Amino acid sequence: MLEPFEFGFMQRAMIAATLVGSVTAAVGVFVILRRLAYIGHGLAHSIFGGAVVSFTIGFNFFLGASIWGAFSVFLINQAARRRQIGGDAAIGIVTTAAFAIGIAVISRARSFTRDFEAALFGEILGITNQDLYVTTGMVILIALVLFLLWKPLVFITFDNDVAESYGISVRWVEAIFSLALAATVVAALQVLGVTLIAAALVIPPVVARMLTDSFPRMFIIAVFIGALTGFIGVYVSWFVDVSSGATVVLVQSAVFALALSWGVLESRRGLRAARRTERLAGLERSLND
Amino acid sequence: MATIGVDQLVRLEGVAVGYEGVAALRDIDLQIAPGELIGIVGPSGCGKTTLLRSLLGEPELYAGTAEVASHTRVGYVPQVETVDWNFPITVEQVALLGSWRTNRWLPWTSRAERSRARVVLAQLGIADLADRPIRALSGGQQQRTFLARALIRSPDLLLLDEPTSGVDIKTRHEILHQLAALNSAGVTVVLTTHDLNGVASHLPRLIALGEQTVLADGPPSEVLQPKILERAYGQPMLVVQSGHETYVLPVPEEAPGAHGDDLPPPEVVSVVAAPDRDDA
Repeated sequence: MLEPFEFGFMQRAMIAATLVGSVTAAVGVFVILRRLAYIGHGLAHSIFGGAVVSFTIGFNFFLGASIWGAFSVFLINQAARRRQIGGDAAIGIVTTAAFAIGIAVISRARSFTRDFEAALFGEILGITNQDLYVTTGMVILIALVLFLLWKPLVFITFDNDVAESYGISVRWVEAIFSLALAATVVAALQVLGVTLIAAALVIPPVVARMLTDSFPRMFIIAVFIGALTGFIGVYVSWFVDVSSGATVVLVQSAVFALALSWGVLESRRGLRAARRTERLAGLERSLND
Repeated sequence: MATIGVDQLVRLEGVAVGYEGVAALRDIDLQIAPGELIGIVGPSGCGKTTLLRSLLGEPELYAGTAEVASHTRVGYVPQVETVDWNFPITVEQVALLGSWRTNRWLPWTSRAERSRARVVLAQLGIADLADRPIRALSGGQQQRTFLARALIRSPDLLLLDEPTSGVDIKTRHEILHQLAALNSAGVTVVLTTHDLNGVASHLPRLIALGEQTVLADGPPSEVLQPKILERAYGQPMLVVQSGHETYVLPVPEEAPGAHGDDLPPPEVVSVVAAPDRDDA
């Protein structure tokens, strides 16, 4: 049972997955409540383009992907402000275009098929100590942003239309949050890969939402689920010999299925209790008559 | 350019406002003094919300001058229809959003903030709902929750967008009484309403909007006039006066004389006893 802990690469992978699982869930809470689940998916593809270009020109991966991601978010925000376009279309256009640039670069330089696969599906077992330091630094930075902007972020997420009238600079807060989201996707790229990031952003917050009606509690539960499923996913992947990123998302999906089943059972139980109460009330009325 | 007077809270002069380069309102001249209670009336889409939000400086200003006295704390209560009622947040948490500037860099709220929230909720009669999720509230409770968010800032100017829409008659009366009490306590209140009989006619000052501008501004007896209402709503209106009460009734399109050919145009009719519109 303790075998995975004996290897340095597994220790690093479990730490990275726990960190990335918690931060994607934390940012994901705001993403799903703002009904922006699609942006996580799109941004992951967009940042893939940035990662490929960075690799090709020999630029730092994290820095290159972050700049690319931030630029994509800037373009999305600019395009989405035009009513004729709208947010979802803006995300679709900008992120697929950025992804296509990555594909185009790959097709010109066929030499790095392996790196292409690593970015698409994640390569958590290949994480070095330096990668782990960078990931930890990014997670701390994102956590700091969420800590400091918590109140305006909650306000904007709940009631965007009115926030400005309460003295919140909506544009600034949204811009900073978008950068934090881009940084989250970059941090998660090596752990989960482009194809699985959206799931890690969405599933833990959705499960947490099913369990509580309080925002702070939802946030805490989501972060806990994200961290735990990240850790368990990598741990289990050692034994089942399946890609770690995929295992993390499959564990999260299993938690979602459990929460959904529990919710269905609870509502049926509630319905049965209500019917029983109704029947008893009817019986009492007929006895009184 | 004249500046705002000491006896004025808000001054709009020759204002044109709108969104994305399109003016929704033009030639708006308006002054609001501290302590007033004002209703903005007009048909759907006439710019009531735009005018209200222009007091917050939100729509784009294309012409004129819009000023709100410095150091004015403004509380804004939106239309409840625009709120996501499935959002995981409790009544107290909504109220506390209003005081987000206090300890703005910390995610949590202080004990003093929570005490203040409880006081405001108690003042509005919803203290017992503090921990209830907003999706489990009735229409009146929803309105009060958002009123609490505005009041927690101790506003000088309270702006409410359709505060009585979607609530029953009893709740409407309660909300109006609460607004009147706040107004008596010195808060300037400006609200928009569709309800000419149940709300507008009871307010001391009305602003009627139509044709992208202010058509009339004054007490209900001056504003709720058939000619003004017909211009605003594009439909003949009958105004019935019963003592101090004013009732506005739309004249059906097919009614004889509705367009003024056979019968005299609709006018102000005085009656001894009028039906209770609240029961309608």
